[in-house]
Amino acid sequence: MGVFEKVKSIVVDQLGVDEDDVTLETSFEELNADSLDIVELIMALEEEFDLDIPDEEAEKIRTVGDAVKYIKENQ
Amino acid sequence: MGREGVERLIRTRICDLLNIEYPVFQGGMAWVATGELAAAVSEAGGLGIIGAGQAPASWVEAEIAKVKKLTSKPFGVNVMLMSPFVEEIIRVIVRERVPVITTGAGNPGKYVPVLKEVGTKVIPVVASVALAKRLEKAGADALVAEGMESGGHVGEVCTLPLVPQVVDAVHIPVIAAGGIADGRGLLAALALGAEGVQMGTRFMCAEECTVSGRVKEKILKARDRDTVVTGQSLGHPVRCLDNRFTREFARLEADGRAKEELEKFGTGKLRLAMVEGDVDNGSVMAGQVAGAVRKIEPAAEIIRSLLAEAEEAYAKLTAHFHK
Repeated sequence: MGVFEKVKSIVVDQLGVDEDDVTLETSFEELNADSLDIVELIMALEEEFDLDIPDEEAEKIRTVGDAVKYIKENQ
Repeated sequence: MGREGVERLIRTRICDLLNIEYPVFQGGMAWVATGELAAAVSEAGGLGIIGAGQAPASWVEAEIAKVKKLTSKPFGVNVMLMSPFVEEIIRVIVRERVPVITTGAGNPGKYVPVLKEVGTKVIPVVASVALAKRLEKAGADALVAEGMESGGHVGEVCTLPLVPQVVDAVHIPVIAAGGIADGRGLLAALALGAEGVQMGTRFMCAEECTVSGRVKEKILKARDRDTVVTGQSLGHPVRCLDNRFTREFARLEADGRAKEELEKFGTGKLRLAMVEGDVDNGSVMAGQVAGAVRKIEPAAEIIRSLLAEAEEAYAKLTAHFHK
């Protein structure tokens, strides 16, 4: 599975949204995620990809594409 | 049992960590928790906390100076992370070597290193298990787990379910907040695994609290069902005492008005109530325990009675258990 597919599955799972609603351009705000949802999402991504995403970086991750890009650059 | 007994009964890791006598925090309420109140609570053996809210850094600096003049005991500053002045306020805290910082409305992770470097103890207020775990990893010294019974900006989980789940998820001390106004609440919080409590509404009615007298009167008159939560549609719900302001806000919200219009309507309303004393048109943020607050008394007396009540409740409680 590619990074995008893995991220998508985590987003679907964490935010309880439809797969079809998740594209690279989708922002977490559009998916009605509040700040606490985003913390949980970031932690799930850290676990899945065995990463540490510092808070300064986590703040900049606003869309699914941002997350995919960060993961690809830091894996 | 005298005062010694109480001290023996209620001493937790948070007392040693912060070098305070009693595990009792005074909530850092914006426009309410000034240097006068924080100093009185700290001087009485608890942890007094200045509420920075949306105030500029120069105001925070002046309040810190007041506390330092009134007491030599440890105190804290609560920083609201959505404040436009947050970076500047953090710099003041670092420069003034404030012993404790509590934070609200967000994730303070990125400020932890600079604060820890000068020995400031970092105690974020959290309303979820995930954020609690993340902040422990980021180096938080303790956490305040705040349930949605509390006044002001609230989360979604109540204190009773939140506190034990946070306690189970982290190793650092957890302070319970939201819905606590007397010694029974303190004892209950300890039973849930918390190592202290934070109270806002009760301390708002401390004699030393400089909030408008009309606000104190409104709290004393409040009954159990008198608080409401507005602002859910904005993504940051707020608990206040029900009044003309909350009813108008709820009406605009139900009307589906734009976020900007609602935010504009809410702007300045907390100050209007707390400082100017307009308890009809201002936002009187208070917790569900407002109905349980019955008198205005010195901060030291609040802490003293809290400990005595906890001791009494403990004795009653043990009587229920039979060998």
